[in-house]
Amino acid sequence: MTSNSASVVSARDLGLTFQTSDGPVNALTGVNLDVAKGDFVSFIGPSGCGKTTFLRVIADLEKPTSGAIAVNGMTPEEARRHRAYGYVFQAAALYPWRTIEKNIALPLEIMGYSKAERKARIERTLELVNLSGFGKKYPWQLSGGMQQRASIARALAFDADLLLMDEPFGALDEIVRDHLNEQLLKLWARTNKTICFVTHSIPEAVYLSTKIVVMSPRPGRVTDIIESTLPRERPLGIRETPEFLEIAHRVREGLRAGHSYDE
Amino acid sequence: MREESFFRDKLLPISTVVLILIAIWYVAAIFLNAPFERDTAARAGSEIGFSEIVRNTMAQERPVLPAPHQVVAEIWDTTVNKAITSKRSLIYHAWITLSATLVGFGIGAALGVLLAVGIVHNRAMDRSLMPWVIASQTIPILAIAPMIIVVLNAVGIAGLLPKALISTYLSFFPVVVGMVKGLRSPETIQLDLMHTYNASSAQTFWKLRWPSSMPYLFTSLKVAVAISLVGAIVGELPTGAVAGLGARLLAGSYYGQTVQIWAALFMAAALAAVLVMIVGLAHTAVLKRMGAKA
Repeated sequence: MTSNSASVVSARDLGLTFQTSDGPVNALTGVNLDVAKGDFVSFIGPSGCGKTTFLRVIADLEKPTSGAIAVNGMTPEEARRHRAYGYVFQAAALYPWRTIEKNIALPLEIMGYSKAERKARIERTLELVNLSGFGKKYPWQLSGGMQQRASIARALAFDADLLLMDEPFGALDEIVRDHLNEQLLKLWARTNKTICFVTHSIPEAVYLSTKIVVMSPRPGRVTDIIESTLPRERPLGIRETPEFLEIAHRVREGLRAGHSYDE
Repeated sequence: MREESFFRDKLLPISTVVLILIAIWYVAAIFLNAPFERDTAARAGSEIGFSEIVRNTMAQERPVLPAPHQVVAEIWDTTVNKAITSKRSLIYHAWITLSATLVGFGIGAALGVLLAVGIVHNRAMDRSLMPWVIASQTIPILAIAPMIIVVLNAVGIAGLLPKALISTYLSFFPVVVGMVKGLRSPETIQLDLMHTYNASSAQTFWKLRWPSSMPYLFTSLKVAVAISLVGAIVGELPTGAVAGLGARLLAGSYYGQTVQIWAALFMAAALAAVLVMIVGLAHTAVLKRMGAKA
Protein backbone atom coordinates (compact mmCIF):
# COMPACT_ATOMS: atom_id res chain seq x y z
CA MET A 1 0.00 0.00 0.00
CA THR A 2 1.25 3.43 -0.89
CA SER A 3 0.84 5.54 2.19
CA ASN A 4 3.47 7.75 3.69
CA SER A 5 4.33 7.23 7.33
CA ALA A 6 2.75 10.47 8.61
CA SER A 7 -0.60 9.51 7.12
CA VAL A 8 -3.21 8.65 9.74
CA VAL A 9 -5.92 7.74 7.26
CA SER A 10 -5.10 6.81 3.69
CA ALA A 11 -7.81 5.75 1.24
CA ARG A 12 -7.10 4.53 -2.30
CA ASP A 13 -9.95 4.18 -4.78
CA LEU A 14 -12.23 3.18 -1.94
CA GLY A 15 -15.75 1.98 -2.72
CA LEU A 16 -18.65 0.62 -0.74
CA THR A 17 -21.86 -0.78 -2.21
CA PHE A 18 -24.78 -1.69 0.02
CA GLN A 19 -26.99 -4.53 -1.19
CA THR A 20 -30.56 -3.45 -0.47
CA SER A 21 -33.90 -4.91 -1.46
CA ASP A 22 -34.15 -2.15 -4.10
CA GLY A 23 -30.86 -3.27 -5.61
CA PRO A 24 -27.28 -2.14 -4.98
CA VAL A 25 -26.64 1.37 -3.62
CA ASN A 26 -23.27 2.99 -4.25
CA ALA A 27 -22.54 4.66 -0.93
CA LEU A 28 -18.93 5.42 -1.85
CA THR A 29 -17.00 5.27 -5.12
CA GLY A 30 -13.39 6.09 -5.97
CA VAL A 31 -12.49 7.89 -2.77
CA ASN A 32 -8.83 8.92 -2.60
CA LEU A 33 -7.82 10.77 0.53
CA ASP A 34 -4.92 11.26 2.89
CA VAL A 35 -5.34 12.59 6.39
CA ALA A 36 -2.04 13.74 7.89
CA LYS A 37 -1.21 13.60 11.58
CA GLY A 38 -2.58 16.64 13.40
CA ASP A 39 -5.04 17.51 10.63
CA PHE A 40 -8.57 18.66 11.28
CA VAL A 41 -10.51 17.28 8.32
CA SER A 42 -14.17 18.07 7.75
CA PHE A 43 -16.43 16.03 5.51
CA ILE A 44 -19.29 18.07 4.12
CA GLY A 45 -22.09 17.22 1.73
CA PRO A 46 -25.81 16.62 1.46
CA SER A 47 -27.52 13.55 2.96
CA GLY A 48 -26.57 10.33 1.23
CA CYS A 49 -23.16 11.55 0.04
CA GLY A 50 -21.42 8.87 2.10
CA LYS A 51 -19.63 11.13 4.58
CA THR A 52 -20.87 9.18 7.59
CA THR A 53 -20.27 5.91 5.75
CA PHE A 54 -16.65 6.92 5.13
CA LEU A 55 -16.20 7.70 8.82
CA ARG A 56 -17.72 4.33 9.69
CA VAL A 57 -15.33 2.61 7.28
CA ILE A 58 -12.39 4.23 9.09
CA ALA A 59 -13.88 2.99 12.37
CA ASP A 60 -14.41 -0.57 11.03
CA LEU A 61 -18.15 -0.22 11.55
CA GLU A 62 -18.63 -0.83 7.79
CA LYS A 63 -16.49 -2.92 5.44
CA PRO A 64 -15.47 -1.41 2.09
CA THR A 65 -16.32 -3.49 -0.98
CA SER A 66 -13.46 -2.23 -3.16
CA GLY A 67 -10.21 -0.30 -2.95
CA ALA A 68 -7.93 -0.01 0.04
CA ILE A 69 -7.83 1.93 3.26
CA ALA A 70 -5.21 2.17 5.99
CA VAL A 71 -5.60 3.63 9.46
CA ASN A 72 -2.28 4.29 11.19
CA GLY A 73 -0.75 2.02 8.53
CA MET A 74 -3.02 -0.88 9.54
CA THR A 75 -6.34 -2.21 8.30
CA PRO A 76 -9.30 -0.55 10.02
CA GLU A 77 -9.98 -3.76 11.93
CA GLU A 78 -6.43 -3.92 13.27
CA ALA A 79 -6.62 -0.23 14.13
CA ARG A 80 -9.85 -0.83 16.02
CA ARG A 81 -8.29 -3.73 17.90
CA HIS A 82 -5.42 -1.40 18.81
CA ARG A 83 -8.01 1.15 19.97
CA ALA A 84 -6.59 3.72 17.61
CA TYR A 85 -9.54 6.09 17.59
CA GLY A 86 -12.30 7.59 19.68
CA TYR A 87 -15.71 7.87 18.04
CA VAL A 88 -18.27 10.56 18.81
CA PHE A 89 -21.73 9.73 17.49
CA GLN A 90 -24.54 12.00 16.33
CA ALA A 91 -26.30 11.38 19.64
CA ALA A 92 -24.40 11.40 22.91
CA ALA A 93 -25.23 7.69 23.48
CA LEU A 94 -24.44 7.98 27.18
CA TYR A 95 -25.60 4.99 29.21
CA PRO A 96 -28.50 6.35 31.29
CA TRP A 97 -27.75 4.13 34.29
CA ARG A 98 -24.21 5.46 34.60
CA THR A 99 -23.23 8.85 36.00
CA ILE A 100 -21.16 11.12 33.75
CA GLU A 101 -17.89 9.99 35.32
CA LYS A 102 -18.93 6.34 35.08
CA ASN A 103 -19.76 6.91 31.41
CA ILE A 104 -16.29 8.30 30.82
CA ALA A 105 -14.90 5.35 32.77
CA LEU A 106 -16.66 2.88 30.42
CA PRO A 107 -13.92 2.65 27.75
CA LEU A 108 -11.27 2.76 30.48
CA GLU A 109 -12.87 -0.21 32.28
CA ILE A 110 -13.06 -2.13 29.03
CA MET A 111 -9.44 -1.38 28.20
CA GLY A 112 -8.29 -2.41 31.67
CA TYR A 113 -7.01 0.84 33.15
CA SER A 114 -6.39 0.79 36.91
CA LYS A 115 -8.79 2.50 39.27
CA ALA A 116 -6.38 5.31 40.13
CA GLU A 117 -5.59 5.84 36.45
CA ARG A 118 -9.31 5.95 35.64
CA LYS A 119 -9.92 8.58 38.30
CA ALA A 120 -7.08 10.78 37.04
CA ARG A 121 -8.23 10.50 33.43
CA ILE A 122 -11.88 11.22 34.27
CA GLU A 123 -10.86 14.38 36.09
CA ARG A 124 -8.56 15.48 33.28
CA THR A 125 -11.05 14.91 30.46
CA LEU A 126 -13.95 16.49 32.38
CA GLU A 127 -11.79 19.56 32.78
CA LEU A 128 -10.89 19.44 29.08
CA VAL A 129 -14.57 19.70 28.06
CA ASN A 130 -15.46 22.15 30.85
CA LEU A 131 -17.61 19.71 32.81
CA SER A 132 -15.66 19.64 36.07
CA GLY A 133 -18.07 19.18 38.97
CA PHE A 134 -20.68 17.37 36.86
CA GLY A 135 -19.13 13.90 37.20
CA LYS A 136 -21.68 12.65 39.71
CA LYS A 137 -24.71 13.74 37.65
CA TYR A 138 -26.77 11.35 35.56
CA PRO A 139 -27.11 12.13 31.82
CA TRP A 140 -30.77 13.19 32.11
CA GLN A 141 -29.74 15.89 34.57
CA LEU A 142 -27.60 17.57 31.86
CA SER A 143 -28.55 19.67 28.81
CA GLY A 144 -28.07 18.30 25.29
CA GLY A 145 -24.88 20.31 24.78
CA MET A 146 -23.41 19.10 28.06
CA GLN A 147 -24.30 15.51 27.21
CA GLN A 148 -22.50 15.81 23.88
CA ARG A 149 -19.46 17.30 25.64
CA ALA A 150 -19.53 14.34 28.04
CA SER A 151 -19.52 11.98 25.08
CA ILE A 152 -16.49 13.83 23.66
CA ALA A 153 -14.78 13.47 27.04
CA ARG A 154 -15.51 9.74 26.85
CA ALA A 155 -13.81 9.55 23.44
CA LEU A 156 -10.81 11.50 24.73
CA ALA A 157 -10.36 9.48 27.92
CA PHE A 158 -8.12 6.84 26.38
CA ASP A 159 -4.98 7.37 24.36
CA ALA A 160 -6.32 7.41 20.83
CA ASP A 161 -4.65 10.00 18.59
CA LEU A 162 -7.51 9.97 16.14
CA LEU A 163 -10.92 11.42 16.93
CA LEU A 164 -13.82 10.55 14.60
CA MET A 165 -16.83 12.82 15.00
CA ASP A 166 -20.10 12.19 13.18
CA GLU A 167 -22.14 15.42 13.22
CA PRO A 168 -21.64 15.70 16.96
CA PHE A 169 -23.30 19.12 17.19
CA GLY A 170 -25.99 18.55 14.56
CA ALA A 171 -28.85 18.38 17.06
CA LEU A 172 -27.79 21.48 19.03
CA ASP A 173 -28.88 25.07 18.55
CA GLU A 174 -26.67 27.67 16.85
CA ILE A 175 -25.47 29.41 20.02
CA VAL A 176 -24.43 26.22 21.81
CA ARG A 177 -22.86 25.03 18.57
CA ASP A 178 -20.67 28.14 18.18
CA HIS A 179 -19.52 27.75 21.73
CA LEU A 180 -18.70 24.06 21.32
CA ASN A 181 -16.88 24.71 18.03
CA GLU A 182 -14.66 27.22 19.78
CA GLN A 183 -14.01 24.75 22.60
CA LEU A 184 -13.31 21.96 20.15
CA LEU A 185 -10.61 24.02 18.42
CA LYS A 186 -8.95 24.76 21.77
CA LEU A 187 -9.13 21.11 22.66
CA TRP A 188 -7.60 20.14 19.33
CA ALA A 189 -4.75 22.62 19.90
CA ARG A 190 -4.13 21.29 23.40
CA THR A 191 -4.26 17.59 22.62
CA ASN A 192 -2.61 17.43 19.19
CA LYS A 193 -5.16 14.91 18.00
CA THR A 194 -6.08 14.21 14.42
CA ILE A 195 -9.78 14.89 13.93
CA CYS A 196 -12.17 13.70 11.21
CA PHE A 197 -15.39 15.65 11.48
CA VAL A 198 -18.64 15.09 9.56
CA THR A 199 -20.93 18.08 9.22
CA HIS A 200 -23.82 19.64 7.30
CA SER A 201 -22.79 23.21 8.02
CA ILE A 202 -20.50 25.21 5.73
CA PRO A 203 -19.44 27.79 8.39
CA GLU A 204 -18.72 24.99 10.85
CA ALA A 205 -16.56 23.14 8.33
CA VAL A 206 -14.62 26.24 7.29
CA TYR A 207 -14.17 27.48 10.84
CA LEU A 208 -12.85 24.20 12.20
CA SER A 209 -10.86 22.56 9.45
CA THR A 210 -7.38 22.53 8.02
CA LYS A 211 -8.78 20.45 5.17
CA ILE A 212 -12.35 20.33 3.86
CA VAL A 213 -13.56 17.33 1.89
CA VAL A 214 -16.62 18.20 -0.22
CA MET A 215 -18.74 15.20 -1.16
CA SER A 216 -21.79 14.59 -3.31
CA PRO A 217 -24.39 11.81 -3.48
CA ARG A 218 -25.55 9.16 -5.97
CA PRO A 219 -22.93 7.76 -6.11
CA GLY A 220 -21.22 9.01 -2.93
CA ARG A 221 -17.91 10.53 -3.98
CA VAL A 222 -15.39 13.26 -3.24
CA THR A 223 -15.82 16.32 -5.53
CA ASP A 224 -13.28 18.71 -4.00
CA ILE A 225 -10.60 18.78 -1.34
CA ILE A 226 -9.85 22.26 -0.02
CA GLU A 227 -6.73 23.02 1.99
CA SER A 228 -7.59 25.84 4.36
CA THR A 229 -5.34 28.88 4.35
CA LEU A 230 -6.65 30.09 7.71
CA PRO A 231 -4.19 30.13 10.64
CA ARG A 232 -4.55 27.41 13.30
CA GLU A 233 -5.36 30.06 15.88
CA ARG A 234 -8.97 31.06 15.12
CA PRO A 235 -11.09 33.47 17.12
CA LEU A 236 -14.84 33.36 16.35
CA GLY A 237 -14.47 36.74 14.59
CA ILE A 238 -12.43 35.10 11.81
CA ARG A 239 -15.72 34.09 10.25
CA GLU A 240 -16.26 37.65 8.99
CA THR A 241 -12.87 37.94 7.24
CA PRO A 242 -12.71 37.89 3.41
CA GLU A 243 -10.40 34.86 3.54
CA PHE A 244 -12.97 32.87 5.47
CA LEU A 245 -15.77 33.89 3.14
CA GLU A 246 -13.71 32.93 0.11
CA ILE A 247 -13.15 29.41 1.39
CA ALA A 248 -16.85 29.18 2.29
CA HIS A 249 -17.67 30.27 -1.24
CA ARG A 250 -15.47 27.54 -2.72
CA VAL A 251 -17.14 24.93 -0.53
CA ARG A 252 -20.57 26.15 -1.65
CA GLU A 253 -19.48 25.99 -5.30
CA GLY A 254 -18.24 22.47 -4.79
CA LEU A 255 -21.54 21.40 -3.24
CA ARG A 256 -23.51 23.01 -6.06
CA ALA A 257 -21.36 21.34 -8.72
CA GLY A 258 -21.95 17.95 -7.12
CA HIS A 259 -25.67 18.52 -7.19
CA SER A 260 -26.15 19.87 -10.72
CA TYR A 261 -26.43 16.55 -12.52
CA ASP A 262 -29.70 15.36 -10.95
CA GLU A 263 -31.72 18.47 -11.70
CA MET B 1 -50.14 20.44 40.25
CA ARG B 2 -52.10 19.68 43.40
CA GLU B 3 -50.52 17.84 46.24
CA GLU B 4 -51.11 14.11 46.46
CA SER B 5 -53.26 13.10 49.39
CA PHE B 6 -53.19 9.54 50.68
CA PHE B 7 -56.86 9.64 51.66
CA ARG B 8 -58.25 11.22 48.50
CA ASP B 9 -55.95 9.58 45.89
CA LYS B 10 -55.34 6.13 47.36
CA LEU B 11 -57.70 5.12 50.14
CA LEU B 12 -60.94 6.59 48.84
CA PRO B 13 -61.02 5.06 45.34
CA ILE B 14 -59.80 1.66 46.52
CA SER B 15 -62.16 1.41 49.47
CA THR B 16 -65.12 2.53 47.33
CA VAL B 17 -64.51 -0.34 44.93
CA VAL B 18 -64.06 -2.80 47.80
CA LEU B 19 -67.33 -1.69 49.41
CA ILE B 20 -69.22 -2.06 46.13
CA LEU B 21 -67.78 -5.55 45.62
CA ILE B 22 -68.75 -6.60 49.16
CA ALA B 23 -72.29 -5.30 48.63
CA ILE B 24 -72.62 -7.26 45.37
CA TRP B 25 -71.24 -10.32 47.14
CA TYR B 26 -73.85 -10.15 49.92
CA VAL B 27 -76.69 -9.78 47.44
CA ALA B 28 -75.35 -12.71 45.40
CA ALA B 29 -74.99 -14.82 48.57
CA ILE B 30 -78.65 -14.22 49.43
CA PHE B 31 -79.86 -15.15 45.95
CA LEU B 32 -77.65 -18.21 45.55
CA ASN B 33 -78.30 -19.61 49.04
CA ALA B 34 -82.04 -18.87 49.17
CA PRO B 35 -83.21 -21.95 47.16
CA PHE B 36 -81.71 -24.24 49.80
CA GLU B 37 -83.66 -22.42 52.55
CA ARG B 38 -86.89 -22.59 50.55
CA ASP B 39 -86.39 -26.32 49.88
CA THR B 40 -85.70 -26.98 53.54
CA ALA B 41 -88.83 -25.07 54.55
CA ALA B 42 -90.92 -26.83 51.89
CA ARG B 43 -89.72 -30.23 53.04
CA ALA B 44 -90.64 -29.34 56.61
CA GLY B 45 -94.01 -28.22 55.27
CA SER B 46 -93.65 -24.70 56.60
CA GLU B 47 -93.64 -21.20 55.07
CA ILE B 48 -90.53 -19.07 55.26
CA GLY B 49 -90.51 -15.26 55.16
CA PHE B 50 -88.04 -13.09 53.24
CA SER B 51 -86.34 -11.68 56.34
CA GLU B 52 -85.83 -15.17 57.69
CA ILE B 53 -84.33 -16.34 54.39
CA VAL B 54 -81.92 -13.44 54.45
CA ARG B 55 -80.90 -14.20 58.02
CA ASN B 56 -80.42 -17.92 57.28
CA THR B 57 -78.43 -17.42 54.06
CA MET B 58 -75.82 -15.52 56.05
CA ALA B 59 -74.99 -18.47 58.25
CA GLN B 60 -75.32 -21.72 56.30
CA GLU B 61 -72.84 -24.44 57.05
CA ARG B 62 -72.28 -25.40 53.40
CA PRO B 63 -73.49 -22.41 51.40
CA VAL B 64 -73.29 -22.26 47.61
CA LEU B 65 -71.66 -18.88 48.12
CA PRO B 66 -70.51 -18.12 51.66
CA ALA B 67 -71.10 -14.57 52.90
CA PRO B 68 -67.97 -12.39 53.26
CA HIS B 69 -68.09 -12.38 57.06
CA GLN B 70 -68.15 -16.20 57.09
CA VAL B 71 -64.96 -16.28 55.01
CA VAL B 72 -63.33 -13.64 57.22
CA ALA B 73 -64.29 -15.63 60.31
CA GLU B 74 -62.86 -18.83 58.79
CA ILE B 75 -59.60 -17.07 57.87
CA TRP B 76 -59.38 -15.57 61.35
CA ASP B 77 -60.09 -18.91 62.97
CA THR B 78 -57.52 -20.84 60.89
CA THR B 79 -54.73 -18.27 61.14
CA VAL B 80 -54.93 -16.60 64.55
CA ASN B 81 -56.65 -19.30 66.59
CA LYS B 82 -54.60 -22.28 65.41
CA ALA B 83 -50.96 -23.08 66.15
CA ILE B 84 -48.79 -22.62 63.04
CA THR B 85 -47.70 -26.26 63.27
CA SER B 86 -51.29 -27.50 63.26
CA LYS B 87 -52.64 -29.21 60.14
CA ARG B 88 -55.70 -26.98 60.48
CA SER B 89 -53.69 -23.79 60.33
CA LEU B 90 -54.02 -21.91 57.05
CA ILE B 91 -50.61 -20.38 57.68
CA TYR B 92 -49.08 -23.87 57.80
CA HIS B 93 -50.67 -24.72 54.45
CA ALA B 94 -49.75 -21.35 52.97
CA TRP B 95 -46.12 -21.91 53.96
CA ILE B 96 -46.07 -25.35 52.28
CA THR B 97 -47.31 -23.76 49.05
CA LEU B 98 -45.09 -20.71 49.41
CA SER B 99 -41.91 -22.75 49.82
CA ALA B 100 -42.65 -24.71 46.64
CA THR B 101 -43.53 -21.43 44.89
CA LEU B 102 -40.26 -19.75 45.87
CA VAL B 103 -38.08 -22.72 44.93
CA GLY B 104 -39.91 -23.06 41.60
CA PHE B 105 -39.72 -19.33 40.96
CA GLY B 106 -35.99 -19.29 41.72
CA ILE B 107 -35.25 -22.18 39.35
CA GLY B 108 -37.63 -20.77 36.73
CA ALA B 109 -36.11 -17.28 36.82
CA ALA B 110 -32.55 -18.64 36.61
CA LEU B 111 -33.49 -21.03 33.80
CA GLY B 112 -35.32 -18.26 31.95
CA VAL B 113 -32.36 -15.89 32.14
CA LEU B 114 -29.91 -18.59 31.05
CA LEU B 115 -32.06 -19.59 28.07
CA ALA B 116 -32.45 -15.93 27.09
CA VAL B 117 -28.68 -15.37 27.23
CA GLY B 118 -28.18 -18.42 25.02
CA ILE B 119 -30.86 -17.36 22.57
CA VAL B 120 -29.48 -13.83 22.26
CA HIS B 121 -25.86 -14.93 21.79
CA ASN B 122 -26.29 -18.02 19.66
CA ARG B 123 -28.12 -18.10 16.34
CA ALA B 124 -28.60 -21.85 16.46
CA MET B 125 -30.22 -21.63 19.90
CA ASP B 126 -32.39 -18.75 18.70
CA ARG B 127 -33.68 -20.84 15.81
CA SER B 128 -34.05 -24.15 17.63
CA LEU B 129 -35.09 -23.22 21.16
CA MET B 130 -37.63 -20.43 20.83
CA PRO B 131 -40.34 -22.56 19.12
CA TRP B 132 -40.01 -25.18 21.88
CA VAL B 133 -40.22 -22.54 24.58
CA ILE B 134 -43.48 -21.30 23.08
CA ALA B 135 -44.80 -24.82 22.46
CA SER B 136 -44.18 -25.73 26.10
CA GLN B 137 -46.83 -23.23 27.16
CA THR B 138 -49.51 -24.55 24.83
CA ILE B 139 -49.74 -27.78 26.84
CA PRO B 140 -52.32 -27.34 29.61
CA ILE B 141 -50.53 -27.44 32.95
CA LEU B 142 -53.40 -29.46 34.46
CA ALA B 143 -52.56 -32.26 32.03
CA ILE B 144 -48.84 -32.29 32.55
CA ALA B 145 -48.76 -31.74 36.33
CA PRO B 146 -49.86 -35.28 37.33
CA MET B 147 -47.29 -36.76 34.88
CA ILE B 148 -44.46 -34.82 36.48
CA ILE B 149 -45.57 -35.86 39.96
CA VAL B 150 -45.95 -39.53 39.00
CA VAL B 151 -42.70 -39.76 37.03
CA LEU B 152 -40.64 -38.05 39.72
CA ASN B 153 -42.27 -40.18 42.39
CA ALA B 154 -41.22 -43.27 40.46
CA VAL B 155 -37.58 -42.19 40.60
CA GLY B 156 -37.88 -41.43 44.30
CA ILE B 157 -38.33 -37.68 44.20
CA ALA B 158 -41.32 -36.54 46.20
CA GLY B 159 -42.40 -33.66 48.35
CA LEU B 160 -41.42 -30.10 47.55
CA LEU B 161 -39.35 -30.54 44.39
CA PRO B 162 -41.99 -31.95 42.01
CA LYS B 163 -44.36 -29.10 42.92
CA ALA B 164 -41.54 -26.59 42.51
CA LEU B 165 -40.78 -28.00 39.06
CA ILE B 166 -44.37 -27.39 37.98
CA SER B 167 -43.92 -23.79 39.15
CA THR B 168 -40.71 -23.68 37.15
CA TYR B 169 -42.47 -25.00 34.07
CA LEU B 170 -44.85 -22.05 34.17
CA SER B 171 -42.56 -19.31 35.41
CA PHE B 172 -39.53 -19.69 33.13
CA PHE B 173 -41.61 -18.68 30.10
CA PRO B 174 -42.28 -14.98 30.81
CA VAL B 175 -38.66 -14.62 31.94
CA VAL B 176 -37.28 -16.05 28.68
CA VAL B 177 -39.54 -13.90 26.52
CA GLY B 178 -38.95 -10.74 28.59
CA MET B 179 -35.19 -11.20 28.82
CA VAL B 180 -34.71 -11.98 25.12
CA LYS B 181 -36.41 -8.67 24.42
CA GLY B 182 -34.50 -6.94 27.21
CA LEU B 183 -31.07 -8.21 26.19
CA ARG B 184 -31.80 -7.10 22.64
CA SER B 185 -33.03 -3.68 23.73
CA PRO B 186 -29.72 -1.73 23.46
CA GLU B 187 -29.75 0.66 20.51
CA THR B 188 -27.44 0.17 17.53
CA ILE B 189 -25.47 3.26 18.49
CA GLN B 190 -24.79 1.83 21.98
CA LEU B 191 -23.64 -1.47 20.46
CA ASP B 192 -21.49 0.38 17.89
CA LEU B 193 -19.85 2.24 20.75
CA MET B 194 -18.87 -1.07 22.37
CA HIS B 195 -17.56 -2.24 18.99
CA THR B 196 -15.30 0.82 18.65
CA TYR B 197 -13.81 -0.02 22.07
CA ASN B 198 -13.13 -3.55 20.81
CA ALA B 199 -15.13 -4.84 23.79
CA SER B 200 -15.50 -8.61 24.23
CA SER B 201 -19.00 -10.15 24.19
CA ALA B 202 -18.73 -10.68 27.94
CA GLN B 203 -17.98 -6.99 28.45
CA THR B 204 -20.81 -5.98 26.12
CA PHE B 205 -23.09 -8.29 28.07
CA TRP B 206 -22.26 -7.08 31.57
CA LYS B 207 -21.81 -3.41 30.78
CA LEU B 208 -24.58 -2.93 28.24
CA ARG B 209 -27.04 -5.78 27.63
CA TRP B 210 -27.58 -6.78 31.25
CA PRO B 211 -28.21 -3.26 32.65
CA SER B 212 -30.44 -2.46 29.64
CA SER B 213 -32.58 -5.51 30.35
CA MET B 214 -33.40 -4.69 33.99
CA PRO B 215 -36.83 -3.10 33.38
CA TYR B 216 -37.78 -6.10 31.22
CA LEU B 217 -36.47 -8.56 33.81
CA PHE B 218 -38.55 -7.18 36.65
CA THR B 219 -41.70 -6.86 34.58
CA SER B 220 -41.46 -10.53 33.63
CA LEU B 221 -40.52 -11.54 37.19
CA LYS B 222 -43.78 -10.02 38.41
CA VAL B 223 -45.74 -12.25 36.04
CA ALA B 224 -43.49 -15.22 36.82
CA VAL B 225 -43.90 -15.06 40.60
CA ALA B 226 -47.70 -14.93 40.32
CA ILE B 227 -47.90 -17.94 38.00
CA SER B 228 -45.33 -19.77 40.15
CA LEU B 229 -47.95 -19.72 42.89
CA VAL B 230 -50.56 -21.04 40.48
CA GLY B 231 -48.11 -23.80 39.50
CA ALA B 232 -47.48 -24.82 43.11
CA ILE B 233 -51.24 -24.96 43.83
CA VAL B 234 -51.91 -27.03 40.72
CA GLY B 235 -49.00 -29.27 41.71
CA GLU B 236 -50.68 -29.98 45.05
CA LEU B 237 -53.92 -31.21 43.51
CA PRO B 238 -52.77 -34.64 42.24
CA THR B 239 -50.58 -35.43 45.27
CA GLY B 240 -53.55 -36.76 47.18
CA ALA B 241 -54.15 -33.45 48.89
CA VAL B 242 -51.89 -33.83 51.89
CA ALA B 243 -50.90 -30.27 52.62
CA GLY B 244 -50.80 -26.86 51.03
CA LEU B 245 -53.37 -24.40 49.72
CA GLY B 246 -54.10 -26.69 46.78
CA ALA B 247 -54.87 -29.49 49.22
CA ARG B 248 -57.21 -27.20 51.15
CA LEU B 249 -59.03 -26.37 47.93
CA LEU B 250 -59.33 -30.04 46.97
CA ALA B 251 -60.37 -31.21 50.44
CA GLY B 252 -62.87 -28.38 50.63
CA SER B 253 -64.47 -29.41 47.35
CA TYR B 254 -64.54 -33.13 48.35
CA TYR B 255 -66.48 -32.37 51.50
CA GLY B 256 -68.47 -29.39 50.25
CA GLN B 257 -66.65 -27.05 52.62
CA THR B 258 -67.18 -23.95 50.53
CA VAL B 259 -66.15 -21.63 53.34
CA GLN B 260 -62.83 -23.46 53.55
CA ILE B 261 -62.37 -23.17 49.75
CA TRP B 262 -62.98 -19.45 49.80
CA ALA B 263 -60.66 -18.95 52.75
CA ALA B 264 -57.89 -20.81 50.89
CA LEU B 265 -58.61 -18.81 47.75
CA PHE B 266 -58.25 -15.54 49.61
CA MET B 267 -55.07 -16.73 51.24
CA ALA B 268 -53.66 -17.59 47.80
CA ALA B 269 -54.70 -14.19 46.43
CA ALA B 270 -53.10 -12.38 49.37
CA LEU B 271 -49.94 -14.43 48.95
CA ALA B 272 -49.76 -13.58 45.25
CA ALA B 273 -50.32 -9.90 45.99
CA VAL B 274 -47.53 -9.84 48.56
CA LEU B 275 -45.12 -11.69 46.23
CA VAL B 276 -45.84 -9.34 43.31
CA MET B 277 -45.45 -6.37 45.67
CA ILE B 278 -42.04 -7.60 46.85
CA VAL B 279 -40.84 -7.95 43.25
CA GLY B 280 -42.26 -4.48 42.56
CA LEU B 281 -40.32 -3.01 45.48
CA ALA B 282 -37.13 -4.70 44.29
CA HIS B 283 -37.81 -3.24 40.83
CA THR B 284 -38.12 0.28 42.20
CA ALA B 285 -35.02 -0.14 44.36
CA VAL B 286 -32.90 -1.39 41.45
CA LEU B 287 -34.07 1.34 39.07
CA LYS B 288 -33.35 3.93 41.73
CA ARG B 289 -29.82 2.60 42.12
CA MET B 290 -29.48 2.82 38.34
CA GLY B 291 -30.19 6.54 38.47
CA ALA B 292 -33.73 6.57 37.14
CA LYS B 293 -35.60 9.85 37.41
CA ALA B 294 -37.40 10.07 40.74
